[in-house]
Amino acid sequence: MKAKAAPHITQNEDLIFERSQPGRRGYMLPALDVDETPIDELLPAELRRTDDLEGVPELSEVDAVRHFTRISTWNYNIDLGMYPLGSCTMKYNSRLNERVARIGGFANLHPLATEEDAQGALEVIYELQQHLAEITGLPGVSLQPAAGAHGEMTGVMMIRAFLDARDGVGEHDVPRRNVMLIPDSAHGTNPASAHLSGFTVKTIRSTAEGLTDLEHLRELCSSGDVAGLMLTNPNTTGVFERNIREICQIVHDEGGLVYMDGANMNALVGVARPGDMGVDVIHLNLHKTFSTPHGGGGPGSGPCCCTQELAEFLPVPVVTREDGDTDNPRFSLNFDRPRSIGRVKAFYGNFGMHLRALAYILTHGRDGLREATEAAVLNARFVAHGLAETYEKPFAPPPMHEVLFTDKRQSRKGVHTLDIAKRLIDYGFHPMTIYFPLIVQGAMLIEPTESVGRAELQQFIDAMKEIAREAVEDPETVLNAPHTTRIGRLDEAAAARKPVLRWKPAAEAKGA
Amino acid sequence: MRYIPNSPEEREEMLKAIGLTSAEQLFDSIPADIILREPLKTPEALSEIELLARFEALAARNAAARRPSFLGAGAYAHYSPTIVDSLLQRSEFFTAYTPYQPEISQGTLQAIFEFQTLVCQLTGMDVANASMYDGSTSVAEAVLMAERVTRRSRVLVSSALHPEYLQVAETYVRHAGIELVRADFDAETGRTVLDGEQTPLDESIAAVVVQSPNFFGCVEDLKALAERTHAAGALLVVAITESISLGLLKSPGECGADIVVAEGQSFGVPVSFGGPYLGLFATREKYARQLPGRLVGVAYDKQGRRGFVLTLATREQHIRREKATSNICTNEGLIALAATIYLTTMGRRGLQEVAAQCAQKAAYARRRIAALAGFSLPHTAPVFNEFVVRAPLPAAELLRRLASEHKITGGLALSRYTPERPHDLLVCVTELNTRAEIDALVAGLEGIGSSAH
Amino acid sequence: MANVPEDLHYSKDHEWIRMEGEIGTVGISDHAQNALGDVVYVELPKIGESFSAHDVFGSVESVKAVSELYIPVSGEVIEVNESLQDEPERVNTDPYGAAWMIRVRVRNPSEVDGLLTAAEYEDYLKTETE
Repeated sequence: MKAKAAPHITQNEDLIFERSQPGRRGYMLPALDVDETPIDELLPAELRRTDDLEGVPELSEVDAVRHFTRISTWNYNIDLGMYPLGSCTMKYNSRLNERVARIGGFANLHPLATEEDAQGALEVIYELQQHLAEITGLPGVSLQPAAGAHGEMTGVMMIRAFLDARDGVGEHDVPRRNVMLIPDSAHGTNPASAHLSGFTVKTIRSTAEGLTDLEHLRELCSSGDVAGLMLTNPNTTGVFERNIREICQIVHDEGGLVYMDGANMNALVGVARPGDMGVDVIHLNLHKTFSTPHGGGGPGSGPCCCTQELAEFLPVPVVTREDGDTDNPRFSLNFDRPRSIGRVKAFYGNFGMHLRALAYILTHGRDGLREATEAAVLNARFVAHGLAETYEKPFAPPPMHEVLFTDKRQSRKGVHTLDIAKRLIDYGFHPMTIYFPLIVQGAMLIEPTESVGRAELQQFIDAMKEIAREAVEDPETVLNAPHTTRIGRLDEAAAARKPVLRWKPAAEAKGA
Repeated sequence: MRYIPNSPEEREEMLKAIGLTSAEQLFDSIPADIILREPLKTPEALSEIELLARFEALAARNAAARRPSFLGAGAYAHYSPTIVDSLLQRSEFFTAYTPYQPEISQGTLQAIFEFQTLVCQLTGMDVANASMYDGSTSVAEAVLMAERVTRRSRVLVSSALHPEYLQVAETYVRHAGIELVRADFDAETGRTVLDGEQTPLDESIAAVVVQSPNFFGCVEDLKALAERTHAAGALLVVAITESISLGLLKSPGECGADIVVAEGQSFGVPVSFGGPYLGLFATREKYARQLPGRLVGVAYDKQGRRGFVLTLATREQHIRREKATSNICTNEGLIALAATIYLTTMGRRGLQEVAAQCAQKAAYARRRIAALAGFSLPHTAPVFNEFVVRAPLPAAELLRRLASEHKITGGLALSRYTPERPHDLLVCVTELNTRAEIDALVAGLEGIGSSAH
Repeated sequence: MANVPEDLHYSKDHEWIRMEGEIGTVGISDHAQNALGDVVYVELPKIGESFSAHDVFGSVESVKAVSELYIPVSGEVIEVNESLQDEPERVNTDPYGAAWMIRVRVRNPSEVDGLLTAAEYEDYLKTETE
């Protein structure tokens, strides 16, 4: 047993399994109120557990509360401060939205309730669909995908279904047009999602400005086998693809479709719409742009929005509003969609996230949505300006909602992006996204979002400058950071060589 | 906008500081012809008071949320101790991101490690990942993984798998070169039959996918299924929709499963009209490198202090791109935490007790309903907390009358998925259903049933 | 500066091969292991598998990268270095010795002549890093 004597922020806290004491209880159920059936009549012995759930912890309620509270204090979080992860949009997660999602009439609504019994929920889905259509300029919407990558998969499958319907399918289920073009700066989910739909990935180069190389795009498109292009805009270097209309035109002229990864929509809401740019299908991340909490890695929600032309391929069911009574509309689940790609998830998506996103949109209103976009871009530009003299900015165009720097200058002194990131922790900030996009060596992608005030932004800029100074004058301090956390840098290589992925009782762990 | 810290005045100053004169200039890199000329048609902002009133009004139109309910079929209403939701609402958990910086994410990482361990303990498997979107997508990913492991391209899927899970798997594999074949179903026992005439289990089969308790509530003989599956060199994938059953039923691992996938919503998570839920995904150690999704493992710092990190990341999309084991990135982190807190609070004895109560109450309801004139139980296999009832009138009509006349949601009309079974309804009982509710259901069925004669 | 032993043949994919009669021993170069960082996993083929020159015969993983292994010449695998399963870190510490990866029966010895000599490989590394 370790001593409790540790400062509160570095509480010692073992695993729940190590804290377990036989006989402790954290629950109480009402006594069984029906006549008990003998256990053997209920279920024959050969179907019942024989291990008595050995190893599952036994704790009191107080133990449980203290355990999770203590370990929680080891996490950085948005409510604590700026969390400038590029491409992740770590904006404020409103408590009001949490309250909305917990209203009993939503939280206790079973997904297989009849339509008559779930009109409020169906209206929530329908209304959010309408708002997202308006924001993206793309009228077809499905809220079923559970996360960004899931929305990508859905969108690419819709492209595949559209092309198969138009061009027919080749032998061995190979699409007539089997190439999906993806920039070298893209999120890894893009090629992985394209692969799931049977497409072969070809990579498009970026120009020295960090933009899609139009010449290379034309060359790739001329082969006649291009199904489409997956593009992030603003792209992952934080720059708006100013040739987006032309890019879409080139792909369309060659018979392909354009998929937009909507991870960076926080730069565009209320300012410009993918539908107006020529994009055919997009996914949104409700957990980025629309502020549903990231929760330490989900749940997300990745709605898919598309043109009218693609709408018939959306997953089933879609929520529709029936014509008729305008004062008392009726909403229904439409399963009768013969050209749909099918279902991508049981039920209707992460409804709890739909509620929060709708609450976000209604709380902002049209002016607030645009204001948030402006504030987010302004904050990124402010950081770009503040650090321009100190860090290498690999691409010249002005950034949108996130700004990309590299460690080029600091690495001459042996201080790399990872070290700068770890040192930022000592200054009280969560590090930026590092080593992404992959095309930029030593990338540091900074996205402050609109949720950071000027003073804190300035503190961040000052901390980054101070680290750059330390990199020259006292590199050891940076190289050994962080110095202020409960644990130091962990040996990830050793962890991957001999993975320990679960707890085992001491005796068993030794034997293994 | 109250969520934006900088006031309009401060923003003016910041614009000036970076050499701009107007907010419009921030968007100069966007060509003028695609800049929105008019504001969005989104309505004006609502205050907190107006917003809550709006959502309360919408929620009030969800009548099913207020009635006693016997709906299951993939989503289960269970008791969730108060501390589950209150701990989830700690900023440190719900406003943190994926734990990419381990030094300041140990809370999340340790909780995931605990989650992975709990999933292993309950399923009887060696390794479990940090979660998938839900049970349905877990099944689809298990099918893809079985193909990677065996290099075989046909998968035999039980006809008693949740119909929506099957639909999702069909979507996922449509272009993956995998053929899904339906295994037979014994209408008398309610169990899956391998080696049906049309669907032989031969060397072409990568995996057998079977749900237990299955969609009709029947507990499958997993041990026999595993033996037969392994004889053909295929993997047994066991899917579970009602994870509370693991408190009572023999673990799939002990029965010989190779991959276990489950919907973990029952562990303290509200039904919430279908999501967010929680996909559990576990397998044998030898297949660990074929797992989709994130994994957390033990690591030590230079001082030898134990911590946790995301590990074996080379399987994942951000590194292996189109060759990754899955395209998944964001999963269901906070829901996995909810399940971890739930399982910690209920603990070993609580999980056993809640499972036993479910089974006992379902047995009571089943016995009472079976005794009603005109009602019967079409399947003979043992059940956990769900069972099919054959009614003397169409199930959809029966349920409508139960709702309107007795204010009870009586279950699911199977005709929603299988029109050829118009008179069958699926009834689910959990520890939340009191004896009075069950008796009211029985009385309602009796009344409506007798009027149907 | 990367270590480039004289007695080996090299490919532009940064694999080396040591010839003894018709048997070739294959591994990755010091430069390659250095670029990869801490090696955590090595995936190798089975004995008896045949490859043509430049085929992928396995992969080597660091914490945050995967590199495919390309066989420098055509041949059949006759031995696999099983010790790398337990100690992949040997690729970092002894890339030309204990961390050999496979032994192959070389199908066409003339292919070896097409590979780079140590001096040529060193020149190649210089052009690559410029």
